[in-house]
Amino acid sequence: MSILKIEGVSKFYANHTALDNVSFEIPQGCIFGLLGPNGAGKTSLIRIITQITGADSGKIYFKGERLQPGHIKDMGYLPEERGLYKKMKVGEQLLYLAQLKGLSKEDATARIKSWIDRFEIREWLDKNIEDLSKGMQQKVQFIATVLHEPSLIILDEPFSGFDPINANLIKDEILSLRERGATIIFSTHRMESVEELCDNIALINRSRKVLDGPVKEIKDTYKTDTYQVIGNGQLMVTSPDFEVLEQHSNHGIFRASIKLLNNTSPNDLLRYLIQRVEVHSFVELVPSINEIFIQKVKETHHA
Amino acid sequence: MHKIWLIIQREYLTRVRKKSFIIMTLLTPLLLATFMILPGLLISMSGEEETVMVLDESGLFENKLESRKDLAFIPLPDLTLDQAKTIYQETDNTALLYIPKMSIEDPKGFVVYGKKNISIQTQVSLENMLEKEIENQRYLASGLDRQTLDKIKADVKITAVNLSNEGEKGNNAIITSIAGVVGAVIIYFFIFLYGVQIMRGVIEEKTNRIVEVMISSVKPFQLMMGKIVGIAAVGLTQFLLWVILSFFAVTAVSAAFGVDAAPSPAAQYAAGQMAAQGGGLEADDPTAMANEPGEDEFANTITDVKQSFASLNIGLIFFSFLFYFLGGYLLYGSLFGAIGAAVDNETDTQQFMMPITIPLVIAFIMSYSIVLKNPDGPVAFWMSMIPLTSPIVMMVRVPFGVPAWELLLSMGLLVAGFIFTTWIASRIYRVGILMYGKKVNYKELSKWLFYRV
Repeated sequence: MSILKIEGVSKFYANHTALDNVSFEIPQGCIFGLLGPNGAGKTSLIRIITQITGADSGKIYFKGERLQPGHIKDMGYLPEERGLYKKMKVGEQLLYLAQLKGLSKEDATARIKSWIDRFEIREWLDKNIEDLSKGMQQKVQFIATVLHEPSLIILDEPFSGFDPINANLIKDEILSLRERGATIIFSTHRMESVEELCDNIALINRSRKVLDGPVKEIKDTYKTDTYQVIGNGQLMVTSPDFEVLEQHSNHGIFRASIKLLNNTSPNDLLRYLIQRVEVHSFVELVPSINEIFIQKVKETHHA
Repeated sequence: MHKIWLIIQREYLTRVRKKSFIIMTLLTPLLLATFMILPGLLISMSGEEETVMVLDESGLFENKLESRKDLAFIPLPDLTLDQAKTIYQETDNTALLYIPKMSIEDPKGFVVYGKKNISIQTQVSLENMLEKEIENQRYLASGLDRQTLDKIKADVKITAVNLSNEGEKGNNAIITSIAGVVGAVIIYFFIFLYGVQIMRGVIEEKTNRIVEVMISSVKPFQLMMGKIVGIAAVGLTQFLLWVILSFFAVTAVSAAFGVDAAPSPAAQYAAGQMAAQGGGLEADDPTAMANEPGEDEFANTITDVKQSFASLNIGLIFFSFLFYFLGGYLLYGSLFGAIGAAVDNETDTQQFMMPITIPLVIAFIMSYSIVLKNPDGPVAFWMSMIPLTSPIVMMVRVPFGVPAWELLLSMGLLVAGFIFTTWIASRIYRVGILMYGKKVNYKELSKWLFYRV
C-alpha cells in the first residue's frame, strides 16, 4: 500500500513552472529518495505535501485520503534551511514544537527525555540554541522533526551540515524509524549520498518526473551487462561475444571493462578469461543513480 | 485555537523573561520617580541661607528688609562704601547690598557686590523686596496703606459648566484635555514600541529559518496572530507594572528623601486617579499644571482637579481608551508584521515603515495643534473616523464629549480597518516569510495580495 500518492501535480509561479504534471507513489514503510538537481522542483513538491503551499492542479492522497490539514500531525519535516529559535532553551523548544504538532505536554516531555538520552545531550537541555554548535543544533532539529512519531518523515538534504559521525548516527536513527513502520522521504541533489539507503526513488528534472520505481528494478533496467575485471597477464579479447570498452595495464596488472554481447552470461566471460589470464577480481559494473539520471536526462533531451 | 494559544504563550513568555524586559520594567518607574522628586530635592538642597550685608545710606529701608528662611540681612552701621567693602571681603557673607542716598520718588543706584556672581534668584528676590518697600512708602505718602489696597484688588476665577441633557456638569478644559492627550500619547507610543517588536519578531523568525518548520505545523495566519496577540500581552503587562511600580516608587522615594515637594501629592493623586481610570498617567503633566498656582491656592486647585475628574465620564473614557488602544495596535501591528515578512533584515524596512509612520505622526501632531483647540471641528471629525488616525484623534476627543453616533461609527470603522489590514498583512505574510534574498518593492507586494499559495 502506498502512503502517499501524487497524481498529476502542477505548480506555477509567476515566471516559471515549478512542477509539471508530476505523478508517483511512495510505498508504506520504505525509504524514498526524491532526487534531482538544484531547482528541479523537489522543495516545491515537499512544500505541497507538507501543505505549506497548495498545488495549482493535481491530487495528493495520504494513506488513501485526500490530503487535508489534519494530516500535518502525521508528518515530520526537516527543511533544507535549518533553523530554530536561537534564544530559546533546547528543552522548551522541543516541547513547543511537539505541542504544535498536537502532542500533549506529558507525552512530549516523556519522549523528549528518551531522545535526549539516546543522543546523549542531557546537559544541553537548559542551554539556549545559540550556544550550541551547528551539529548539535541539527541534532536537536532532527529530534524535533521525529518527536511526534509521524508516519511520514520528510528530510530535505538531510546530511548537509553533519560531520560523518553524526551523519551515521542520523542514518542509524532513520533506519530504526523505518523498522518501526515510518516512511521516510529523502530529498537531495547529492544522489550518491542516499543511494545505498533508498528502497525507492523518483528522479525529477526541470519540474518533471523523469523516472521512478524501486532502486533495484531501475538498476536492472539500466545495467549494461558490463563487468570489471582485474587480473594478471596479457589480456587479448578476440571473441565476438565480448567487447572490451576500456583497458589499462600497469606492471603486468590489467584492469578492463568488458561488455557481454550476444546473450552470453557472466560465467561465459569468466570461463573465457580464466583460460587466458589470472583473474583477481570480477565485478558487475552497475550504473549509479547519478549515471542513470544523466543518461535519462540526455535521452529526454534528445527525444 | 489551541495552536494560536501555544504561540501566544511562547511569544509572551520568551519576551517577559528577557533581562532587558525586566530591567526596563523596573528602571522606568525609578527614573520617573527620580525625575519627579529631583527638582524638589535640588531646590531644598540648594536652599542654604544666603546672607546679605546692607549698607543703607538713604535710611529708607532701615528695619524694613525682613530676613527670610533663605535670605538673611545684616545691616551695617554708617560706613563709607569702601569701608563696607573691606568688611564684606573679610566675612563669608553672600553679598553686599549698597543703597545710595536717594529720594523715594526717584529710587536708583542700587548695587549689589559679590565675591562670585550673584545668582539671578537672589538678585530678583532683592529687587522684589526693594520694590515692594518703595511701593509701600509711596502708598503711605499718598495716604493709602497696604490693607486698603489689598481690599480693592480683585481676583476672578471662572468655573466652566457643561449644560447637557444629563444636567449641569463642572468642566475643566485643562483636565479634559489631559485625560484625552495622555490616553492618546500612550496609544501612540504603544503602537510604535510594540509594533516594531512584532516586525522584529517576524524578521527574527525569517533569519533564523525557523519559519518553514513552523509553517509545516501551523497556518501562517495563526503564527502572525499569535505573535501580535502575544506581544500585545507583553505590552499590557509592562504598562500595568509601570503604573503600579511608578506609584510605589514615587511614594517610596518621596518618603525616603522626606521631600516636601509640591509636585508629589498632586502627582500621586493624579497617578492614583488615572490608575483608577485604567488609563494610567505619566504623572508629570498635572504637576506642571499644579505647580502654577501659588502655594496657598494649592489646596483649592486639588479640589478643582478632583471635581473635574468627577465630572469626566470615567467609564466611557476608560472603555474608549481600551478599545482604541487595542484597535489601533491590531491595525498597525498586523502591518508591522507584514513589513517584517516582506524584508530580509531590519535595514530594508525603511521604505515600508514610512507610510505606516506618517499617519500616526500626523494624527499625533494634529491632536495637539488642531483637535485640542477645536475638538468638534471638521479636521477632528474626519481624522477620528479614518481608522489609521482615529485611535489617537478620537482618544483626544472623547473626554470633551462626542455624540454617540460618531463614536460608534468611528469604532465600527476601526474594526473594519483592522480586519482589512490584517487581511492584507496575512496575504503578504504568507508569501513573504518563505521568500529570501529578494528585494521587494510595492509593486511586488501588491502582487502578493492575489497570489494563490
